[in-house]
Amino acid sequence: MPGPTTPIHDPFATPGALTPTGAEPMVRLEKLEKFFGSNHVLRGCTLEVYPRETICLIGRSGSGKSTLLRCTNFLEEPTVGSVEVDGLRIEADPLHARDKDHREKIRQIRQRAQMVFQEFNLFPHMKVIDNLIEGPVQVKRVSKDEAIATAEKYLHKVGLMDKRDEYPARLSGGQKQRVAIARALTMEPKVLLFDEPTSALDPTLVGEVIMVMEELAHEGSTMIVVTHEMQFAREAADRVYFIEEGTFVEAGAPEEVLDHPQDERTRRFLSRLLSSGAAVQR
Amino acid sequence: MSLSGPQQVAINENLRISEPELIVAEIRAARAQESRRFRLVFGLTWGILIGLLVGSLFAAGKIDVAFLAEWGPYILGGIPITIVVSIFSIAAAIVFAVLGALGRLSIRAPIYAVATLYVSLVRGTPLIVQILFIFLALPQIIPATAGIPVIILAIFALAFNYGAYMTEIFRAGIQAVPRGQIEASGALGMTDSQTMRRVILPQAIRIVIPAIGNEFIAMIKDSALVSLMTVQELLWRAQRVGQSNFRSLETLLLAALVYWSLTIVFSIVQDRLEKRMAESDRRI
Repeated sequence: MPGPTTPIHDPFATPGALTPTGAEPMVRLEKLEKFFGSNHVLRGCTLEVYPRETICLIGRSGSGKSTLLRCTNFLEEPTVGSVEVDGLRIEADPLHARDKDHREKIRQIRQRAQMVFQEFNLFPHMKVIDNLIEGPVQVKRVSKDEAIATAEKYLHKVGLMDKRDEYPARLSGGQKQRVAIARALTMEPKVLLFDEPTSALDPTLVGEVIMVMEELAHEGSTMIVVTHEMQFAREAADRVYFIEEGTFVEAGAPEEVLDHPQDERTRRFLSRLLSSGAAVQR
Repeated sequence: MSLSGPQQVAINENLRISEPELIVAEIRAARAQESRRFRLVFGLTWGILIGLLVGSLFAAGKIDVAFLAEWGPYILGGIPITIVVSIFSIAAAIVFAVLGALGRLSIRAPIYAVATLYVSLVRGTPLIVQILFIFLALPQIIPATAGIPVIILAIFALAFNYGAYMTEIFRAGIQAVPRGQIEASGALGMTDSQTMRRVILPQAIRIVIPAIGNEFIAMIKDSALVSLMTVQELLWRAQRVGQSNFRSLETLLLAALVYWSLTIVFSIVQDRLEKRMAESDRRI
């Protein structure tokens, strides 16, 4: 299925404060649609993320925000549309999803777009340091010494150098997630994908993870973050996208979307979030 | 340990033990004593029952002690062979089982077909038929196999059979690894085979180790069947000595007691191993 030659642009996209002038988008999702069986989860999402930007995707559970993120690194194969990361473009091709060259392209995309999961998904049979070097050594074929040096740099960054030789089970939830972030960073990706990174955490441990993420955002990492942490969105996001029933309803600077929502659905979502206490300030 | 009121107070003051702590200590002592008594009675009952069983045979003059003294060492010499055959067979069976499980989980029709055929064929025929087939019928098809030492054929036969049963164990173990693990290694950019080798199998093996222990204990007993292939293990020696001297009672009784002891010993080893693994799981 040949894709359109001229890209479809994200009407909301404006380069972020840290984006170098004239930079092309780092991530470009075009007209993504996803069906689970007959369930139409994504209904044509177009999103452009510029280098050094942080984008927050918000919305109710089941709105499609996690699916959109998981389509970006092809953990879910989109039904229609295309994904481009750092100039590498893949057309959705669900009929040939298992083809060798398609899989190879997906692996290239995944190296560029590293994901941090809600449930951490650290490898329980490997020490922290081995969790970190697994990707670089096995996937990028980096030498073990070099991988260890990189891993230690990022372990230091997330403040867990003292847990280098522990097994994940010995860590708290917050520490596990910080290790998972370090594991993603050790791959030196072009963009980081966060899938509700604090939703599985004890409320007292959310802060330490958010702190690391804010630091990354302020340093100019390119990040797409699915989250319910409105405080983080306010602090760190260049743009917030509100997604409802698989389409972007509203997007813009965090103060616009979060404080002056134009759409009724955004307003209802935000007021429900506030009253449920999920947006409690840290 | 019952203390009267005044004494108890005195102890409390001297050792600074509070009354609840004292009660807890008393309960613990009582429980320990109960469990000691239970184990003692348990052991005695076993001893008496076994003593009666074997003793009555001796008392009735059915057991030729001199014969056993003469041939016992030869029969017991089969123990190392039984153990070696069992260990090599279970190790080879694990290889068959991993391959079988990967085949059963394959999306490629021919691979899936081969794996299911293997499991179906082996599970659908008696082990004794498989053993006799490999020993007696295989050389008719491939004459070269006649030259292979019987112990190798025996290990192959047992491993081939157990591998089919253990295929299901490994399949379940692989499927018990959480989906998030596969997603995480995929998201790093690992290939499917890297994910299987580096992430899924190491965790699946941990999951199936207790089940492998059970299979090993069963294997010790089933290894007796390779006496049909003239492997000179425990049962083969017992049979040979017993039949040629018309003293099968003594030799089979000895063989049975040895198998029984071996299974008990390896059950204890397995128990210890599982406990150690449970501890290291707490660490991991």
